[in-house]
Amino acid sequence: MLDPYVESVLIFTGINIVLALSLYLPVSAGLLSLGQGGFMAIGAYTAAYLTTELQWPFVVALLGGGLMAGFVGLVVGLPSLRIKGIYLVIMTLGFGEIVRVFFLNFEPTGAASGLGGIPTYTTLPVVTVAVLLTLFLCFQIRGSRIGRAIEAVREDELAAEVIGINLTYVKVAVFGLGAAIAGVGGGLYAHYATFIDPAQFGFQRSAEIFIMVVLGGMGNFAGATLGAIVVTILPELLRLGDAQEWRMTMFGALLVAIMIVRPWGLLGTRR
Amino acid sequence: MTTNGTPLLETRGLTRRFDGYSAVADMNLKIERGSIHALIGPNGAGKTTMFNLITGVLPPSAGRIFVDGVEFSGSRPDRIARLGVVRTFQGVRLFSTMTALENVEVGRFCRTRGGFLAALARVPFVATRTEVATRKRAEELLERVGLSKQRDMLAGELALADQRRLEVARALAVEPKLLLLDEPVAGMNPVEVHEAGELFKALCREGTTILITEHHMSLVMAISSHITVMNYGRKIAEGSPEQIKRDPEVMTAYLGTEAAA
Amino acid sequence: MVLIQQIINGVMLGASYSLIAIGYTLVFGVLQLVHMAHGEVFMIGAFVGLQVVLLAGGGVTAAILAAGLSAALVGVVVYLIAIKPIRARKGHFLAPMISTIGAGLVLQELATRFFGGEQVGFPVQMDSSIWHLGGVTLTSVQLVILAVSLGLMLALHLFVTLTRVGMAMRATAESMTISHTLGIRSERIIILTFAIASALAGAAGVLVGMSFNSISPYMGVDMGIKGLAAMLLGGLGNVYGAMLGGLVIGIVEVISVAYLASSYRDAFAFFIIIAVLLFRPQGIFGSTAHVEG
Repeated sequence: MLDPYVESVLIFTGINIVLALSLYLPVSAGLLSLGQGGFMAIGAYTAAYLTTELQWPFVVALLGGGLMAGFVGLVVGLPSLRIKGIYLVIMTLGFGEIVRVFFLNFEPTGAASGLGGIPTYTTLPVVTVAVLLTLFLCFQIRGSRIGRAIEAVREDELAAEVIGINLTYVKVAVFGLGAAIAGVGGGLYAHYATFIDPAQFGFQRSAEIFIMVVLGGMGNFAGATLGAIVVTILPELLRLGDAQEWRMTMFGALLVAIMIVRPWGLLGTRR
Repeated sequence: MTTNGTPLLETRGLTRRFDGYSAVADMNLKIERGSIHALIGPNGAGKTTMFNLITGVLPPSAGRIFVDGVEFSGSRPDRIARLGVVRTFQGVRLFSTMTALENVEVGRFCRTRGGFLAALARVPFVATRTEVATRKRAEELLERVGLSKQRDMLAGELALADQRRLEVARALAVEPKLLLLDEPVAGMNPVEVHEAGELFKALCREGTTILITEHHMSLVMAISSHITVMNYGRKIAEGSPEQIKRDPEVMTAYLGTEAAA
Repeated sequence: MVLIQQIINGVMLGASYSLIAIGYTLVFGVLQLVHMAHGEVFMIGAFVGLQVVLLAGGGVTAAILAAGLSAALVGVVVYLIAIKPIRARKGHFLAPMISTIGAGLVLQELATRFFGGEQVGFPVQMDSSIWHLGGVTLTSVQLVILAVSLGLMLALHLFVTLTRVGMAMRATAESMTISHTLGIRSERIIILTFAIASALAGAAGVLVGMSFNSISPYMGVDMGIKGLAAMLLGGLGNVYGAMLGGLVIGIVEVISVAYLASSYRDAFAFFIIIAVLLFRPQGIFGSTAHVEG
């Protein structure tokens, strides 16, 4: 069978692809979020709670986590109508931290001690299906009427409005959908890591997801996918040498280098 | 419903104030169906502000706006567009990363249906009926404005005159009852201006009412049936091109400006 | 009166936030950039100060000076390597900020390499006496922190209002193009701005170390976000707004700990961020942001 280490890397890559795509969706409408970690946490905790406490079946729990995260995403998405650019980045950053602090204090899911004993329902086939479904979703959206509207909103909101595109609908929908997918990613993560605590979903997590999309290219979902793969696999390649200690340093340096040499990411902006 | 006497668009006492001064003050405008109505005035007279107010881009400080007799003051721009009031911009606002064809296709958005679920349900690589219809309509409109050859070029790469034509095509995709053109021939050479004028006249004949604002006086005189003149946010004259040409107040407002470009 | 005591404590805490926020806002004023590695610069200052205290047996003054200088150096290096080359290219408007995220990661990891990933104690070499003024209790450590913070802010104020260089800084923040035509060399001003912003943060690092008696390589993220919140509250680019914003956040935090659940303390800064963004994005005192977001 598959070497367990390789399998583990593949599973994490798959989860990261789902997370990167979850950020790609709002980014494709021009909404930059540094708070996907928060949605991931909501999905993770909800799904884990549903399987451990209520013994719900895995897929239902995953969807439950996604729905919960998506719902919060709709709420958080509303202010995004008025808050733009760098301000939105900061706001989502604040949101992500609020979620983390919330779970730090939320007793039913273990507060600071975290939630353990989560059954390992996430297997490679499960992750593969999730990745394929998410890729399918992105692909379908891109070629569709709504996908064109999303691109129009990203290009020029005012022009989009005067030809009849409802900004509220597009922005909030895309934000909520991205949040829901991040929630599913969180649920997948929880049922592989078997133990989750708020620290795993803080700014570092949001930044990592952010880096995946930025690195890979913000113009299309292939970029986000590539970014996720690079971000997951590169440190593992380094791990094989003696340099595993320097992975985060490498990431940071890589980020700086990419911004200097290719600010639009590896795959650039063009679809 | 509407009677023949109801103007397609009417504003009553429309006012917009910015920090103490009035960009538009107490404007009463009536646009009749089937006409080409021009809104002219020196720079800063408030013409673009009027456009912004009518299309919902700016909320009015006072006054009311009626479309086909129904009040729509302060509505959101996308709602106004869906009603059939669509505008172009003085500094062309196209979606530059999309092709010409795609720009027009996206104009069909509010006339078609289908959201995320529809996107999911579609068979990959097979265009739905709506998409086929959208593409067909977009191609027709590109043909109409003479841009068929440029259909797969990126909007950002087109020449200015072509960009303006594309913006008109995109606006037409929304099926406007009233088309607001904000300085549509600025920067065009005389041949292009003439062609544009012919296009606007044809559109009007086919049923689209037009409200145009322009500095190009000969074009305005040639195609408009009705002209409103603004200065300092207020209406200073109104009438047929003949009447306006002879109006002394208009002369004063345009002191130094040629009446024929 | 207990409330006054809380307020004083809040000012004590908030003064450190202010010093960090001032750095953020100075950089924003001059480059329209949110400097996401600024928190790490603060953290490095703290660790350098710690080394001075531990290894050289230095006192508070030495620690603060060393922290300030080293932080200034680090800050300028970050500018030269991670920010300047990007501004030269025509990337998208967030590229510089994203690069500073990367730089921050590098700094944080380097600190973890050199100083270990754990929290370390920060001993304070000074005689601790207690002062009672009215109904308020202050330790000498607190007094020093307060005095140094306020002193630094005053020095900055005098610098930007009275010296030629300081005024050049303000001019560059107002408009780089115009100050160019006035002969101000913006490159030098930018470097100076980074140096000052980072030095203040470095000094704050020592003060925070003294106040909490411990520091960790991850404190940059935490304090960084608080500083960011303070900058937003005061208005991006507004130095006096940042000073006041920091104090407000400090007071709010201390009061919330005293009268509400203490574990939600950290969340208040974020709530403030969101509230400001929703209701008054230009901050309480108005921002100098030229760009649309």
